[in-house]
Amino acid sequence: MTTDAGPENGQGFFTRLKSGLSHSKTALSDGIAGIFNKRKLDDDTLDELEDLLITSDIGVEVAAAVTGQLRQTRYNKEITADEVRAALAEEVASILAPVALPLAIDPTRKPHVILVVGVNGTGKTTTIGKLAQQLRDDGKSVMLAAGDTFRAAAIEQLQIWGERTNCPVVAGKVGADAAGLAFDALARARADNIDVLLVDTAGRLQNKANLMAELEKVVRVIRKLDADAPHSTLLVLDATTGQNALNQVEVFQQVADVSGLIMTKLDGTARGGILVAIARRFGLPIHAIGVGEGVNDMQAFDATGFAHALADVEINGKS
Amino acid sequence: MFDSLTGRLGDVFDRLTKQGTLSESDINDALRDVRVALLEADVALPVVKDFVTAIKDRALGQEVLKSVAPGQMVIKIVHEHLVEMLGSEDVELNLNAVPPVVFMLVGLQGSGKTTSTAKIAMRLGKHQKKKVLMASLDVQRPAAQEQLRVLGEQAEVATLPIIPGQMPVDIAERAISAGKLGGYDVVMLDTAGRLHVDEALMAELEAVRRISVPQETLLVADALTGQDAVNVATEFNKRMNLTGIVLTRVDGDGRGGAALSMRAVTGCPIKLMGVGEKLDEMEVFHPDRIASRILGMGDVVSLVEKAAESIEIEEAEKLAAKMKKGTFDLADMSLQLGQLRKLGGMEGILAMLPGMGKMKSKVNAANIDENMITRQQAIISSMTLKERTHPKLVAASRKRRIAAGSGTTVQDVNRLLKQHKQMAQMMKKMSKMGTKGLMRNGMPGMPGLMPPH
Repeated sequence: MTTDAGPENGQGFFTRLKSGLSHSKTALSDGIAGIFNKRKLDDDTLDELEDLLITSDIGVEVAAAVTGQLRQTRYNKEITADEVRAALAEEVASILAPVALPLAIDPTRKPHVILVVGVNGTGKTTTIGKLAQQLRDDGKSVMLAAGDTFRAAAIEQLQIWGERTNCPVVAGKVGADAAGLAFDALARARADNIDVLLVDTAGRLQNKANLMAELEKVVRVIRKLDADAPHSTLLVLDATTGQNALNQVEVFQQVADVSGLIMTKLDGTARGGILVAIARRFGLPIHAIGVGEGVNDMQAFDATGFAHALADVEINGKS
Repeated sequence: MFDSLTGRLGDVFDRLTKQGTLSESDINDALRDVRVALLEADVALPVVKDFVTAIKDRALGQEVLKSVAPGQMVIKIVHEHLVEMLGSEDVELNLNAVPPVVFMLVGLQGSGKTTSTAKIAMRLGKHQKKKVLMASLDVQRPAAQEQLRVLGEQAEVATLPIIPGQMPVDIAERAISAGKLGGYDVVMLDTAGRLHVDEALMAELEAVRRISVPQETLLVADALTGQDAVNVATEFNKRMNLTGIVLTRVDGDGRGGAALSMRAVTGCPIKLMGVGEKLDEMEVFHPDRIASRILGMGDVVSLVEKAAESIEIEEAEKLAAKMKKGTFDLADMSLQLGQLRKLGGMEGILAMLPGMGKMKSKVNAANIDENMITRQQAIISSMTLKERTHPKLVAASRKRRIAAGSGTTVQDVNRLLKQHKQMAQMMKKMSKMGTKGLMRNGMPGMPGLMPPH
């Protein structure tokens, strides 16, 4: 596991992003090279390319858009693997560029409240730990609220992250009302003049109406103290998730007014292509990606880097 | 997404069933759509390709082209083949070894290993009267061992005492010897989540496996997984020799294509599936039901089972008797609305009904409000007992009172009364046909919920 580079280290970021995405890009670019080794771009080739894109979880719509673009400009021409990679990266980057926005903390808010939501097991608590570290590195005072009062030992897990990042943790009892806890945490953060309050929530599947209503209540209760809070609501998505991620974004956006996304587990073989489909459909900012379990294994989302790593333009067929 | 997908399959199947005879090109068109549908359901590409080829061979054979309803025949073949690929039989956990039998659970981070460990242990304890010991080898995630300990308390299953700083292989050894000494039937080893490409952690798993010789090595996998499912399953199977798969988050609204992919590439049966956050929410995997779900054909069996669980038999019998007499009043309607809510409301029911893709889009178009049921019950609650049994009494001034009492409008009250009338009429008709299958008789209330166009 790599733990060398800090988030401000550009070189480290790219290396890590690339190593995180290396498995996906290898599979994808190997496939592309296989198809395009000095061949004419005909219907069969385009179909195969579309299939390859689909296997990166990019979604049928985007896959069709990319191949449609190639069909318009390069149909029946000799095309090399490099050219198709460049075209693919360009298309992907053009979709992602508008949504690659860092998480902005409003310094006039005391505290700036960040609510972290998502389905079970996507990595909300770990993401909060990493975010806390980054914010601390930026010189901000951070408080954590252990709003996952349902899962066994979720509170202890956040408390350990609090110790690691040297942040106070507001925690209640297991089974306590999450909304009430968030309210108390906000009151305490105000009293202590904290810069950023990170509120953890229990994982919930977006099709569970009662759990989503509970989340709605958390937001409602926080607003009793601060009508503008939460100032950021982050949806944590798991890179291994397939097309269901689209549903997750849709429903969490409806219920909790999601303001931005973080994708985790991009250090595996999952390609995270679904982010492209999500960007196209929802246009929500993508703030960061998780590439490991260490406290520093989170990077700002970089559209060009992501797109190029996915399409493997840098390596130029050496893989 | 899924609505459009199900809609698409619904269209394909519609087109097929409408046609009297099928040409080869009809079948090819249909299969192209089936292919895309499977891909959108997150079935992995290589698996989809094999699948479509196999279907094509069968579909183009004599059995379809010469059958009475060729369209139906194709659908049947697709469904059958899907079930076949998912494993046609339910496969139980294997306990045939000298106790303590060791089970080991492996998988990616966040797939649900710890929860599944506790759920399986509880099943073994409750259903099979086994004495189970659980041990967490997760020294990676903060408080993971603590999580299993707490779950053990909730499930009333013993857990191995935590020794801080002990490494996974040592914990496994200690668990097995504690299992032997304590006279346990089963020792369950929960492991840390890891990426299948993390060499160091995969080697650690192999080491644990060597010393513990598990009877079951189960891959815990998220039903919402996308195309990566094949990579994960293949790699874990290669390193760990999996004996089965536990599918989690089956209660989500994913289409579960990952199940098909993983079964296909590993050949391992899917043994259990997690269907909720509570510890008793773990069920035997039924291939036919998941097949229907992947195809968007709905899970009718589950709906019927759920209905059987939720609807009080006594209430249902009372209702049946009333229907027979043709005296279905507003109090009965309220009762029925309550049962509908228990089943998870319109959305819950629709999700399990065949052809729901189309239904759902219609419902959305009609702008149906889930709160409608709640509001309708409120309206009925605001009536006097006499009004409930004699709806005809409800005239203008009473309507205003009821609307004010329930926080609705007179129009809402009117609509409810009209719906009740329609339902009562339907009930009467139905009672003439006999009251067999109360489930079906209970359902006509549903169309009444749609606002009139």
